[in-house]
Amino acid sequence: MFTSSRSSLDGMRVAVTGGTSGLGLALVESLHRRGAAVAFVARDAGRVTGVARRLPGTHGIAGDVSVKDETHRIALRVTAALGGLDVLINNASSLGPVPLALLADTECEDLESALATNLVGPFRLTKALLGALAASARDGRPALVINITSDAAVTPYAGWGAYGASKAALLHLSRIWGEELRTHGVRVEAIDPGDMDTPMHTLAVPDADRTTLKRPEQAAEEILERIAAWTEHQEVHR
Amino acid sequence: MRPAQAPIQRPADARLLVVAADGRVLDTERIRLADVLEPGDLLVANDAATLPASLHGVHVRTGAMIEIRLAGRESLAADDVRHFTAIAFGPGDHRTRTEERPSPPRFRRGDRLRLGPLAAKVVRTLGHPRLVTLRFAGTPDDIWAGIAAHGKPIQYAHVEQPLALWDVWTRVAARAVAFEPPSAGFALDWGMIRRLATRGVGFATVTHAAGISSTGDPALDARLPFDEPYHVPEATARAVAETRARGGRVIALGTSVTRALEDAAHGVAELRAGPGLATRRLAPGSRVRMVDAIVTGVHQPGESHYELLRALTGDTVLRRMSALLEQRGYRSHEFGDSVLLERNRDAGTRAAA
Repeated sequence: MFTSSRSSLDGMRVAVTGGTSGLGLALVESLHRRGAAVAFVARDAGRVTGVARRLPGTHGIAGDVSVKDETHRIALRVTAALGGLDVLINNASSLGPVPLALLADTECEDLESALATNLVGPFRLTKALLGALAASARDGRPALVINITSDAAVTPYAGWGAYGASKAALLHLSRIWGEELRTHGVRVEAIDPGDMDTPMHTLAVPDADRTTLKRPEQAAEEILERIAAWTEHQEVHR
Repeated sequence: MRPAQAPIQRPADARLLVVAADGRVLDTERIRLADVLEPGDLLVANDAATLPASLHGVHVRTGAMIEIRLAGRESLAADDVRHFTAIAFGPGDHRTRTEERPSPPRFRRGDRLRLGPLAAKVVRTLGHPRLVTLRFAGTPDDIWAGIAAHGKPIQYAHVEQPLALWDVWTRVAARAVAFEPPSAGFALDWGMIRRLATRGVGFATVTHAAGISSTGDPALDARLPFDEPYHVPEATARAVAETRARGGRVIALGTSVTRALEDAAHGVAELRAGPGLATRRLAPGSRVRMVDAIVTGVHQPGESHYELLRALTGDTVLRRMSALLEQRGYRSHEFGDSVLLERNRDAGTRAAA
């Protein structure tokens, strides 16, 4: 059915959280270009409308993945817009305290907020959309969850406590879920996109040399190549 | 029968009464469902998620407060979201029994409704003061956004606390097309699905827009269930055919699955994959061919769900089942206990003849 990685994303139904800036926006743009059916979620309703207008055919959903009450309403709109779901990209992230703080100087609330966005939010949204993903798998379509993590999930960088701990938890969540969901045909992967020149990186490291940072568009292309390879693999083994 | 009043999908003490074709019964824990099925059987669930289909608002011409319950749609297509069949109530909410709810204002064609962020127009009245066809304004994305933001799950007076969507979405809930939860599926969790596989029991799904179960108005209730759109995936049609070919049983998890499977097999030798609209009512005398057993809630004589069971087995078996359910304290309603009822092929043959 699929012949090249480019065409393999054509017609695929993909949802991206944090889709109006940085890596999320680059993913939405590239998916749109490649012919995927895209729904994206972000908190700022004005920006959501702006991106949806600029990329006709995409479906913008204003919502906050860190808020429990919004989870199912977001999930409902994703599957309503796309008629189902093949790929969920949990990309929305929170740095925790800004400016970055040593853990001992991190307020509990800032740690909780990083966990809510980076761990509990992806857990809830994935759970709410798991029925749709498993339905895709039973239909012989791809079924894939991508959780965007970070090298801070593995390396203990001073000052990145809230973010690093939440991403480490997300990484491990991805591994365990990957084990558990394999029998249902749903693949779960964590991807570290590398240090990118994004608004979030500027918040974290305001004086970084931006020329040394990866363009989010490049990171998006790399991620989509991996998605294409994984979903082709899923097809072959069906 | 005592109603289950707490919105807990899988209470630790949920019971399952297994009623075999010959009338033998087994009273067990519902968590053991996978273990009472036989290797080679196929369990078919409805993977519809439930819409927040109750919309409160105003009837613009009279200024009257109303509750609209979305109740029907022509197809499951994602962009087919403008027209709905709907049931209307006057002021109040689920805490008042539907039988005692005030009537809505008398609808005229062209009446406008304001339902939170949604604007709708009555495009047809349907021969009953509570029943109309509505048309929502806006793009499909706008309409979905309005329903998601403003709607609440349809609920009834036996559960007092307001339901959230997570209370009514089953574990396998995918596209939100059901108007009320396909509640037999509450029994399922991912652990049970894994256990089915371990036991050699197949698992498949249909997507069926399960409709409203009760309106509180006898004339309207007599028209239930409304036509319900559904979709049978290719993989499910294949799994059903393979199961039948090797002599396994097809077990429908719920009345909506039964309705979809029987409709999709109507007039053809094997189950048809793809979209359909279930228009037939299953009742005594209906021919049931695809479904060998049903897992369903505790239904009482007179309810449309109970009439469906009469298409599967004889009244003697059902009377004995009802007596046992009463005697053992089984709980009724959507968060209640369950029954696994095997079709009595003789009863089916007699009914078909």
